[in-house]
Amino acid sequence: MSQNQIVNKEDLVVRFAGDSGDGMQLSGTLFSDASALTGNDIATFPDYPAEIRAPHNTIAGVSGYQVHVGKSIYSSGDKCDILVAMNPASFKSNLKWAKKGATVIVDIDTFTAEGLEKAGYTTDPFTEEFERDYTIIKAPITSFTARIGEEQGIDKKTTEKSRNMFALGIIFFMTNKSLDQTFAYLERKFAKKPEVVKLNKAVLTEGYEYADKLEVIHSHIVSIAQAEMPKGRYRNITGNVATAWGLLAASEKSGRRLFLGSYPITPATDVMVELAKHKSLGARVFQAEDEIAGICSAIGASFAGALACTSTSGPGLSLKSEALGLAVMTELPLVVVDVQRGGPSTGLPTKTEQSDLAQALYGRNGEAPLVVVAASSSANCFYWAFEAARIALEHMTPVILLTDGYLGNGSQLFRIPKMSDLPEIKPRLATPNDPEYRPFRRDAEKFARQWALPGMEGLRHRVGGLEKCPDGPLSTDPENHALMCHNRQEKVDRVANYIPEQEVQGAADADLLVVGWGGTSGALTLAVEEMNKEGKKVAYTHFNYICPLPKNTGDLLRRYKKIVVCELNNGQFAGYLRTQFPECPMTQYNKIMGLPFEVGELKAEFNRLLEK
Amino acid sequence: MEKHFVPKTDVEYTKQDFTSDQMVKWCPGCGDHAILAALLNAFPKLHDKKENICMVSGIGCSSRIPYYVDTYGFHSIHGRACAIATGVKLANPALSVWVNMGDGDSMAIGGNHLIHAIRRNQDLNITIFNNEIYGLTKGQYSPTTKFGQVTKTSPYGTIDYPFNPGELVMGAQGTFFARSLDVVPPLTTEVMTRAAEHDGCSVVEVLQNCVIFNDKTHQAITDRAVRDDRTIVLEHGKPMIFGKDKNKGIRFNGRQLEAVVIGENGITIDDILVHHEDTEDCGIHMMLARMGGDLPVALGVIRNVKKESYTQLYEEQMEQQMANGKYRCMDDLLNSGDTWEV
Repeated sequence: MSQNQIVNKEDLVVRFAGDSGDGMQLSGTLFSDASALTGNDIATFPDYPAEIRAPHNTIAGVSGYQVHVGKSIYSSGDKCDILVAMNPASFKSNLKWAKKGATVIVDIDTFTAEGLEKAGYTTDPFTEEFERDYTIIKAPITSFTARIGEEQGIDKKTTEKSRNMFALGIIFFMTNKSLDQTFAYLERKFAKKPEVVKLNKAVLTEGYEYADKLEVIHSHIVSIAQAEMPKGRYRNITGNVATAWGLLAASEKSGRRLFLGSYPITPATDVMVELAKHKSLGARVFQAEDEIAGICSAIGASFAGALACTSTSGPGLSLKSEALGLAVMTELPLVVVDVQRGGPSTGLPTKTEQSDLAQALYGRNGEAPLVVVAASSSANCFYWAFEAARIALEHMTPVILLTDGYLGNGSQLFRIPKMSDLPEIKPRLATPNDPEYRPFRRDAEKFARQWALPGMEGLRHRVGGLEKCPDGPLSTDPENHALMCHNRQEKVDRVANYIPEQEVQGAADADLLVVGWGGTSGALTLAVEEMNKEGKKVAYTHFNYICPLPKNTGDLLRRYKKIVVCELNNGQFAGYLRTQFPECPMTQYNKIMGLPFEVGELKAEFNRLLEK
Repeated sequence: MEKHFVPKTDVEYTKQDFTSDQMVKWCPGCGDHAILAALLNAFPKLHDKKENICMVSGIGCSSRIPYYVDTYGFHSIHGRACAIATGVKLANPALSVWVNMGDGDSMAIGGNHLIHAIRRNQDLNITIFNNEIYGLTKGQYSPTTKFGQVTKTSPYGTIDYPFNPGELVMGAQGTFFARSLDVVPPLTTEVMTRAAEHDGCSVVEVLQNCVIFNDKTHQAITDRAVRDDRTIVLEHGKPMIFGKDKNKGIRFNGRQLEAVVIGENGITIDDILVHHEDTEDCGIHMMLARMGGDLPVALGVIRNVKKESYTQLYEEQMEQQMANGKYRCMDDLLNSGDTWEV
């Protein structure tokens, strides 16, 4: 390899695509893990179908995993530099994600008449035009893998499952990376199946050596720039795991037992799956009979003194609406994690969207204010889950944390915090036998009530969905209802006194302010950075606190003549801002394709607005 | 190992200790008054710490009960009491959790939560106030309304086959089921006490009269003149004898249960079934719970079998993992697996 020409690159996007079950998610993860461990910054984006195993080798069954590695990575990248397509269907459906000039690696053994027909091809896909525009590597992956399997006496089915390792081997060669990390992973993962370890290592090595022998590849080897990151200890983490860990951290910090009542739903299930592993850290996970029981058990747990949470996605949040109103009325701390997906209804279960915002803000009967926050990267799901729990416990309110499928399933480098560096969380516990305790008496600053737990002496009281007066008993008095509605709103509004001000990046005299919220920050940051490098004056502000908004939001928005609110829905945040700041003219840029923003499309839109 | 999670006290409570200062707002003559009294009489017998008792209810007339009991209480939303109570118990197993629901609350809108709480054998004391009608919404048929009954929403008679709560309990693998009548508070107190002593999910059905919207719905069995002949109070280990003159009994005729008169047609006491509430197979309990019509309605504890409760199993797993789990604190978890220094 020493004679190879190695091209240095700031970043590289690799997309693995194949049939569901071809192991594309695993290949992608192994490549991103190895990259992270060897010093690259990373972001990943799994793009998989809702069907577990759709008909073999059809377009419906194509599963993809995109990895973006490099020096400073904000998103999983627009289009890829290298595309791996394990069959004609994945080639057909993923070529649009490859840059012109990209290297395309296919398993040529699958491009049979039958395979092409299943993918809907009537003519040879490798046209002259295609071969001119891309570098194509027609690797005989299936046959090479089969030969190794035969040599080792492994059955055909097991052998086939290791095809992804061959492709991964090629990628490792092309990115000038060693196989050691992946060897170590295989040894750990299949510790009890040495024959599987041996097979996979052999196939991985074979792919690597195959690439070494290909002339064409030698001019395409890249060395990816090392990340420039703050000092510290790092790990790779997905948004859903980060969310689960943020809740666990908040439980440890607050001293309250963690309870999660949830029902499986894509793409949020992994939050529950992760927490279910951690009974040793005190996590009490309850897989409920439905979404409603998920949140209701959490409300019960909150009444009994736990840091209570429920995790879900759009349709599940709809089912939880009534119970959310109960949590608002009883003023109990509760964290609801909504890993958003394409809607309405069942919609696009495995695709990302930001279209639950309106539901989170308004989806309840009555005047039912609560706190809404949103995470903006896979890694910072940890901090936003922690913050959601802090607000819930310290302000005695339900909090909805919005993440999305892109953040939840995607992964990123995570700088590991020390628990001692995280802020304190002080739950508003009542004092046993306090003669002054009344269920809905509030403190002057936060306007939050106190939390008296069953089991505490001298604080017996009743809560419930019916309107109560501050002292606790039921009341249908008109003035009391008006007062209580005001108080519940005031409590949520006052959360703004305990959160940082909204920040803006870019020139103060910028010609355009880009506004984003939640999971889109990667692409938006990059687009704005690139435009400023190109000499354009574009400022950018990204919201994580959604309700209440940071106190300076109005002042900030009023500074700019042109504002564009970018979100993966039809303008829900833009509408929300307009109702509060009608004096600020805002345009909006929306995408509802179940896909994240691309830097290219954002820049095109911003340039258009600047020229207008 | 069976374990009791709710702390006991030596304090000798009285009914008054559990009576709240709130005005009871049920209709005069409503069966709920008697059920409340029975419950208030049951608490002192249990010696559970008063602070550790938690009442959870749904929506409906009966669900107002937490306001009338001086314990911790949660008057929640329609149908969800079992789910909320499950969370209460899981968050703090030291609480004695009581769930009170009506027939509509528990078996229509809340049916799913009820059967799953029973299936898990979650340690809850569930009382179903069964008046066979929606009272608080003023007289619509419920999942237990008698077939053919005319109500506001069934002006031509219902064509809904009613649930028998006992069948639901058995069908969901329930471990405790008892039945009582609002007009017999001592029996209600007794079965509630037995229910609370049961480790696992207990369901007590109380046949209750709605004086306004379904008056006398249970009169055919509760009326003093006929009660002894139309009901049978089952007692563990004793023959199933009933009737004003204690001369009737239940026997199994090879196909089904039947009511017989001892001394007639050669029937002796030896032909009469002996009640075993702890028979694991629920077949006979199901037959007993279904009795009615020509057979007396079964009251008392119909089924009471031992089976590890969800609470028990959950706490065992928690203890096991807390003692032997890989991670002792969050710093352990955060630094686990593949990490590297920059």
